Amino acid sequence: MKKTLFTTFAAALGLAAPLLLAQEIVVGEIVSMTGDKAGFGTEIHNATMMAVDDTNAAGGVLGKKIKLVSEDTQSKPGEPAAAVQKLISRDKVVAILGEYTSSLTLEAAPICQSAKVPLISPGATNPKVTEVGDYIFRVCFIDPFQGTVLSKFALETLKAKKAAVFTDIKQDYSIGLADFFKAHFAKNGGTIVVEKSYSSGDADFKAQLTAIKSANPDVIMIPGYYSQIGLIAKQARALGITVPLIGGDAWSDSQLVAIGGSAVDGSYFTDHFSAENPDPKVQALLKRYKEKFGKDAGSAAALGYDAAMVLFDSIKRAGTTDEPKLRDAIASTKGYQGISGVITLDEKRNANKPAVILQVKGKDFKYVTTVNP
Amino acid sequence: MPMKTRLLLIAVIVASGLLSSFTASMNSYYVQILTFIGINIILGVSLNLINGHTGQFSLGHAGFMAVGGYSAAFLTTTYGPSFLAALGGSSWWSEALLFSGALVVGGIGAAIAGLVVGIPSLRLRGDYLAIITLGFGEIIRVLIQNTDAVGGPRGLTGIPGYTNLFWTFAIAAITIYSISSLVDSTYGRGFLTVRDDEIAASSMGINTTRYKVVAFVIGAFFAGVAGGLYAHSTRYLTPEGFTFQKTVEIVIIVILGGMGNNAGVTVAAILLTVLLEALRSVSDFTWLPQFVRDLTKNRMILFSLVLIALMLLRPQGLFGGFRKPKRT
Repeated sequence: MKKTLFTTFAAALGLAAPLLLAQEIVVGEIVSMTGDKAGFGTEIHNATMMAVDDTNAAGGVLGKKIKLVSEDTQSKPGEPAAAVQKLISRDKVVAILGEYTSSLTLEAAPICQSAKVPLISPGATNPKVTEVGDYIFRVCFIDPFQGTVLSKFALETLKAKKAAVFTDIKQDYSIGLADFFKAHFAKNGGTIVVEKSYSSGDADFKAQLTAIKSANPDVIMIPGYYSQIGLIAKQARALGITVPLIGGDAWSDSQLVAIGGSAVDGSYFTDHFSAENPDPKVQALLKRYKEKFGKDAGSAAALGYDAAMVLFDSIKRAGTTDEPKLRDAIASTKGYQGISGVITLDEKRNANKPAVILQVKGKDFKYVTTVNP
Repeated sequence: MPMKTRLLLIAVIVASGLLSSFTASMNSYYVQILTFIGINIILGVSLNLINGHTGQFSLGHAGFMAVGGYSAAFLTTTYGPSFLAALGGSSWWSEALLFSGALVVGGIGAAIAGLVVGIPSLRLRGDYLAIITLGFGEIIRVLIQNTDAVGGPRGLTGIPGYTNLFWTFAIAAITIYSISSLVDSTYGRGFLTVRDDEIAASSMGINTTRYKVVAFVIGAFFAGVAGGLYAHSTRYLTPEGFTFQKTVEIVIIVILGGMGNNAGVTVAAILLTVLLEALRSVSDFTWLPQFVRDLTKNRMILFSLVLIALMLLRPQGLFGGFRKPKRT
């Protein structure tokens, strides 16, 4: 992997060198190339580089080439602030792509807002991120939206009438998802028959699960993290609960199956993107990504590619990189055909786009359907 | 303390005020780096009182910083608007009043935390103390993660950006002045005695535990103030910012500068902060060979190499540690 990384950099620098002479548009990127989020970060960086190369190969934007300046944030709070300041005041970037995680984006956002440099985050799902100001955007959906999607899916596809909700009270993410699920489900003809909660770190869920079982729901919604979903699923199956389990994108990890085994088989969860999406555009990108980096692309790559492409598309539509025209162009992004779905930014600068539902089948996550907002 | 030092302190405070008034025309990237330098000086010098002068190995500094940062930021975000309204809207002096108040509250909060950890644990020495303070830092982080009032795991947003160069460097100067004066005072000799020989110190009638607790409380106070400055500089706090890694960074500043040498620690704080930022730009130098530029993309490799080199060449720290007390 290291070798691929270095070749990527070498290739990037090699490409960038002759461009220094030509007129170019400088775009900044903050990304975790090291630290505990480096897995996501590398994927995003690779995808962003692909987006830049693709755009430049197609003649660039406004007759100019794109130059990407990347700064590593080391997955560490304190770093994005300095990195973003550097990009804005030394490299004079027209816009910034990143960060993938909400906490690091929230640190960069106030600086971009006061400098009036647009920031597009590929994957910060915390609703607070874009509330920082009108220069902050994202190409992913927000946490509350997933709750609504899950409810739609439960009602329309699973034909569920009675739902049980089992929330992790220690995670805002979980509570947010559950709240929106309950509101939508109850409003659209469903009934929430029982609500129970647990805390991150718990290992015994039998008491709550017994109560859930006696309420006899059609579906159980558990918006928690993958590490505990496995345990919950195992105990639920042991108690004889056979109805489907559903959850959010925090399930999306191979550890889910490693812990849950056959107990999570057949469960559903929402995600940003599916590698099985039959769209030829998606498959072509995945194939190129695999050829170039020797690894499969995941949600992070799809979102990273989309964030960059939405920006380049906006520069084209704005016809300039001046503010506030570029900001307005990003804000008016509508129906952009991205890898992770059709992206329309709403008045709160969040992406209004479909979520995919994946089903656990054996060791794999199989694409089931796409749910539109 | 001689008059000269006091004048120097006032001069630095005035100078930072002057410098701060030109911030608008300065490159905001450099302002950010200068702010981080100031904060790192406060953190380094305050930890130096505990680890350097008093010879206790504390690994809880990020925890104290978190307590101070979160308390100060909680005050300014929750009660700030109503406080400013009561003073007739936001003006420079009402904001200064609010911010200084918040910083002091943050410092006191951290000092109380220092007292709470210090009293039971400072009867231990060396490795045991290190482990207890390490545990304390983690407890603080987990507590914050589970406190909804300060944003829990999602962090505290919307903190006003009050920190400027005046506050940062005035407080850094006050920190250096207070801790140097304290250590150089008659009372302060006790800290050095505890470090040099604890058994000899206690047989001379020095209450070693009391000295250690005092060092802990004062060190924690300044760490808390630094946390407040940090919070109002980045305008966002997350519990992930106060992990063990943050403590290690401060410990590196102290060791690199020289244990118990405030001047050395100050220089080390400046050097390390500037070095980390400067390494960002190395890969932009087109005249360097390609492989060097590729290597510096991961600047932590270079940074670690510099640390290893410095420790091999100057194991006692840049300016030499364990300063011998001056003969009177």
